[in-house]
Order: sequence, then structure tokens, then C-alpha cells
Amino acid sequence: MPFKRTPQKFNAAINAMTLGTGDNAVTIGGASVLPLYSFDGDIGNAPKIGVEISDLGLEGECVGMTEFYAGASTPAEMAAKAEKMPGADFVCLRLEGADPNGHNRSVEECVEIAKAVAGAISLPLVIEGCKNNEKDAELFEKIAAALEGKNVLFLSAKEENHKSVGAAVGLAYAQKVGAESSVDINLAKQLNVLLTQLGVKAENIAMNLGSAAAGYGFEYVASTMDRVKAAALGQNDAMLQMPVITPVASEAWSVKEAMVDEADFPEWGPQEDRGVRMEIATAAACLACGSDAVILKHPRSVATISAMVAALK
Amino acid sequence: MALKGLDIFKITPKTNCKDCGNPTCMAFAMKVAQGAIALDKCPHLSDEVKAQLSEATAPPMKTIKLGVGAEEHTLGGETVLARHEKTFVSKNLFAFTVGDAMSDEANEAAFASTVVDYERIGERMYVELINVKFGGDSARYLELVKRAAGLGRTLILSVSDAAVAKEALELTKGTRPLLNGASAANAAEMAALAKEYAALLGVSAANLDELYDTVAEIEKTGFKDLVLDVSSASAGEAFADAVQIRRAALKNNDRTFGYPSLVDVGAIAPGDEDMQCALAALFTVKYGSIVVMEKMSYASALPLYGLRQNIFTDPQKPMRVEPGIYPLNGADENSVCAITVDFALTYFVVSGEMERSGVPVNLLISDAGGYSVLTAWAAGKFSASSIAKFINEEVAPKVKSRTLILPGKVAVLQGEVAEKLPDWKVVVGTREAIELVKFLKEM
Ligand code: SF4
Repeated sequence: MPFKRTPQKFNAAINAMTLGTGDNAVTIGGASVLPLYSFDGDIGNAPKIGVEISDLGLEGECVGMTEFYAGASTPAEMAAKAEKMPGADFVCLRLEGADPNGHNRSVEECVEIAKAVAGAISLPLVIEGCKNNEKDAELFEKIAAALEGKNVLFLSAKEENHKSVGAAVGLAYAQKVGAESSVDINLAKQLNVLLTQLGVKAENIAMNLGSAAAGYGFEYVASTMDRVKAAALGQNDAMLQMPVITPVASEAWSVKEAMVDEADFPEWGPQEDRGVRMEIATAAACLACGSDAVILKHPRSVATISAMVAALK
Repeated sequence: MALKGLDIFKITPKTNCKDCGNPTCMAFAMKVAQGAIALDKCPHLSDEVKAQLSEATAPPMKTIKLGVGAEEHTLGGETVLARHEKTFVSKNLFAFTVGDAMSDEANEAAFASTVVDYERIGERMYVELINVKFGGDSARYLELVKRAAGLGRTLILSVSDAAVAKEALELTKGTRPLLNGASAANAAEMAALAKEYAALLGVSAANLDELYDTVAEIEKTGFKDLVLDVSSASAGEAFADAVQIRRAALKNNDRTFGYPSLVDVGAIAPGDEDMQCALAALFTVKYGSIVVMEKMSYASALPLYGLRQNIFTDPQKPMRVEPGIYPLNGADENSVCAITVDFALTYFVVSGEMERSGVPVNLLISDAGGYSVLTAWAAGKFSASSIAKFINEEVAPKVKSRTLILPGKVAVLQGEVAEKLPDWKVVVGTREAIELVKFLKEM
């Protein structure tokens, strides 16, 4: 007696969202089955991988990173190399230096960096802010204006600054809005509702549902994604059908296991390997739970995760 | 799908005789449906009805024990496909691989996986299983089995040659290993061996249909301590099989696939530890009961065991760390104290940032029921009295410093805590952990 297969199909789908323009545009989302369940039906666009670079350059980065970016001294030069990284689908510029409690780089300076980066690459661009709500709102408005027509995704609009970010990024300059909530399906939905009430079209919103490194409360990420996908597909909830994009690198590389020196923990082995594996394991887990795109930084992680995605589609 | 109370009620004698300790047959039926009482508590059911019912009320996925004594592990028994629906109950186990077809060097490298052994939030993290793979040289194979058996872990005997399997089982008698070597070709013979030696039996096949038939074939012999090996040359196929097997059992109540699974990611991506780590994470999240790798290093173990601990946490019970004094960055009795709750995530984030600051701090973890700062505060489990009691009883006798940093989120407690701890200087810390580095450096 053959095994009776019962594919789990839904009469709903995750929105497909295109980033960038022309031949090098990239589309994320579109699945009408649970994440990576290509054996059930149409997974839409296989998950995509963004390569993160920071406006702060390679400060404190490990050898694999400095070697890969050897010769690149500006963010634009790094971006040009990043888009050639095997497995890269888009480039993500993280404007860490804008943080008022850190380097406090001016908005004008950040706009120049973003313009230079956009000019140096042909793959789509994602802009990540500095996590300061007011500064991000200012930054995003100016960068969205400067890069009008490039179809850039901005990470992120949060509950606190969604009005200004939504209005500038989503409405005035017709770019893509990342909606960031912290591992809670209701908060995620509420933010999407608020953004759409503002006039931002649902299909121009991507969700960052919150991320955590493996071992650091990942159960909340997993369950939030499980529930969001179940509601989006099973209940056809249009306010949760946005594709999910998850910044993994920043979380994975900032936990103890990825950071401490081998000298302090000799039995743990080389720091670089630990960082790479933390990034890889976290990314693989995110994809299993429902990320439609992940943002990574180490060449080994990008190569491995893109190979895994290729093997699963 | 579990039977409903009404279905069970229909086949009770409906006499309300109370012999089962319940006021009515209906009450009895409801309890059976909930799994709160066993069917045989009613002495008036015919054997035929009992057999029919116990089949229907049995859980959709078998719970199977692997190993013995301190090394006994539980596989299977899952009832939901997503952890938020209830909880996952049996964490996946990891294995490393040695074999007679591998070089001495490769075997030594694999055996070195045993150095990974540490504790994380009360759980021992180590490679629980050793996969000993047969490649044709039986003398060398049995030597490896002997050596692996002496390492205090449970073995997977990956061998499909019945004669060699018997010798390996003889060497591991009484340890309840997993004999992973049954297929359509040798199912009966292997099942007999597994039964004789009280081992679990791993079953593999070219595809799901063949696997289904083979399992059904083995079940007919009455032997049901099975593990379904979904290893395949392709990651995509292995994933598809693992998901479909688990879903068939839990969602469609197809008990032929109601068994734990095994996936050898080492065989899918030989020599590529990065890819093995990625796949191990994938199968930890989705439905791999045993994940076999070529070897385990700390670099892979740290994220994988952390991930597993997260995924298999009961959503009803937050993960907690032991209350107490945690000296960070070489803190001693004169270093400042900072207090927070015993919610594991809070502990990890706070201690991580404190370590990043390099400033010696005594991190005080108080018993707050495993809740986060604000939740614990709202529930009265992290209050001025509970903090003062903890400081006076547990901290003051051991620490000379009299500076206490409170989490910024409970700044409102400052006055009351200061009142209750008159010889302490009570400082309000930061609202977010991320601001701690700056705060501590400037203190
Ligand atoms: S013992 Fe059986 S017959 Fe008697 S009340 Fe209980 S269920 Fe009904």
C-alpha cells in the first residue's frame, strides 16, 4: 500500500515583493505553502540572501571578512565586493555610525554614503538604520529622496516612528518599508495595520518580526513566525501576508559564543568559526521557520546558506 | 486524531456502576479522552472493545527509549507540529560518526567530539550518540564498536549485514542501542535481531512508499521500536521526508509513520562542517529526532545546542537560571552588584552586555518565577521586599560592596529598596541591556 501523501495547500499566499529595478531586481515571498515545503506546492521565490556591510567598515572584523574585502576602504568599495560574494542576492548597508550615542554621523554624510553605495552596485539595496528611532526617521527620509526610483527597502519602521518613516519612505518616495516588531504576532499585525492606514500599500511592506541568535530566545522567533505564517496562509490574513526579512548577522555576531577570544576560551576554538556557525545555524533556523530573506555578512555563511536554499527548492 | 469523549462513551456499558471511581460512564469517557485515566480502569469492557479503543486512543507518535541508565534518552511522543500549539517533548539527539571505512585520522577526529561537554541552563550539552558505520571490514568495525561502547554514550550501529550486526549487538548487549540497518531486503531478519537484543531498529528505503511498506511489514511481526532513517543524498529529499512523516503521524493520524526520524547530515554534506551545521539547525527546528554529523566541535555545538534548548522549551514554562551571585569579568566581593530576574533570556542578554563592558560586576539573579523584569514586577515577584530579602539573606553575607544597581525598568522601586536596605547605595541602571556597556564604563 503506497503512502498516502496529503500536501498542505492554502488558498492564500505570502505577498511577492520586488526590490531593485530592471534585470537585477530580486523578488522575495510568494509562497502558498509553509516555509520551504516545496514538496507541497509553490514556494514562490526561494529565500534570498542579503550581504550586510557597515558604514563603519571592517572595525573588529575577523580575518575571513578582512581578506574578502581586502583593498576596499570605503562603504562603496565594500559594496562592490559584497555584491560579488557568491550567493549574494542583494546588498544591505547598515548605517551603524549614525547612532547619536556612538559615532553620530550626520544625516548628510549618511546620504552621501548611501548614494555612493547605490552607485557602486547593480543588485538591489536595503538600508538598515542605527536603531535610534528619531535618527532613523530623519535618515530614511533623506536617503529615500536621494535614491528615488531605485526601489530600496528600509529597515525599519517601528511603532514609535512608523508615521514619519511610512510617510516618507512608503508614500512620498514610493520605496519599500520594513515593519519591525519584537517577536509578537499581534504587534506585527498592528504595525502593518497602522502603516496601511497611513496609505502605504500592503504589497510595499516587508516584516522584520524580530530576531534572536540561536540559544538567545530563539523560541520566540520560531513561534512568532510559525503563527504569522499559519495566520497568513491558513486564515488568509492580509495584514500578515507580508514577506519576512530577518537581519541575522547583527544578532549572531554579537553573542558571547561568537565574540570571545580563543585566548579566553581555548577549548571553544577559533572565534571566526564560532561566529560563522552561529550565523549559519541562526539563518538556517530562521529559514525553517519562515524568513523569506535573511541578512548575513560572512562569505562562508552566505555561501552555505545559499547552497542550502538551492538544495531545498 | 484522538478519540472524542462521546465516541468512548458509546462503547461503555452505560450502567454508571462507579467501579472505575467515576460517578458516571460519561465522566469516565471524558477522562479517558483527555488521557487522564487509563481505559482498563473500567472492568466491564470486553477485551475486544479494549483492544480496539487502546489502538485509537494511543498517541499518534510512539515514545521510544534509547540507551539505558543515565544514558537513557526519550525519542518521539510528539503531539503537535508547532511548539506554540502545546510543546515539543523529546529534544532531538546528536551523533558523530566513526567507521571501518574511514581513515584512522578521520576516526580520531570524530572521537574528539567527546570533548564537547558542558552545561547550559541546567542541561548537559554533549553528543549523546555515536554512529558506528560498517563499511565491509568486520574485524575493524567490531574494534570500533568496542571502543565507542566504552565512551559512556549510546551507539547507533549502522550495519545492514545481519551476521556483523549480531556480533556488534553482542558487544553492546544490555545498552539498548539503535541497530540502523533494516530495509525492504532484510526487514524480517533485522527485526528479529533487534527484538532478540532489545535494540531499536532503524529502517530506511529508497523512497517514502517503500519505507511505508517496510514499516508495515515489520509492524506485522509485532516489533515496533522503530526509527525512520530519512537520510538521502539530497538535503531537499531528506527534509521533504522528515516533514511528511511527522505530518502524516500527527496531522493525519497515520500511525505507520508514527515513529521518530533519523537524518545523517554528515552523509548529505561530507567534509562540509558549515553545511552540516546549517542542516543540523534545519532538522532541529523541523522534525529530525536524531541528527547524525561527521563530528561535533564547539563551534557547531554552541549554536546548535542553544537552538535545541530554545525550540524544546515548554512555552508554558519560561527558561530559568539558578538564582545566585554570578561574578563577571573577574568580580570579587568588592565589586558593584547589579540585580535582575531569573528569566534565562534576561540573564543571557544582561550578562553578555556586562561581559562586553569589561567592568567587574556581581550579577545578582533573584528568584522571580522565571519572568522578565516587567512581568515579574507586575506579578509581585520582583518587588522591593523580594529584592531586600534576597540581598539580606543571600548577598550581604558574601559581598562587601554596598552598591546595588537596579534595572532601569523598575526605577520606581528605588526609594522603597533604599529604605529597606539602609546601608546600600541603590542606583538605577539602564532600561535596555544594550546601554549597559556605556553605563558601567562611566560608573
Ligand atoms: S466502571 Fe465502567 S461501567 Fe462502571 S461507571 Fe465506570 S465506565 Fe461505567
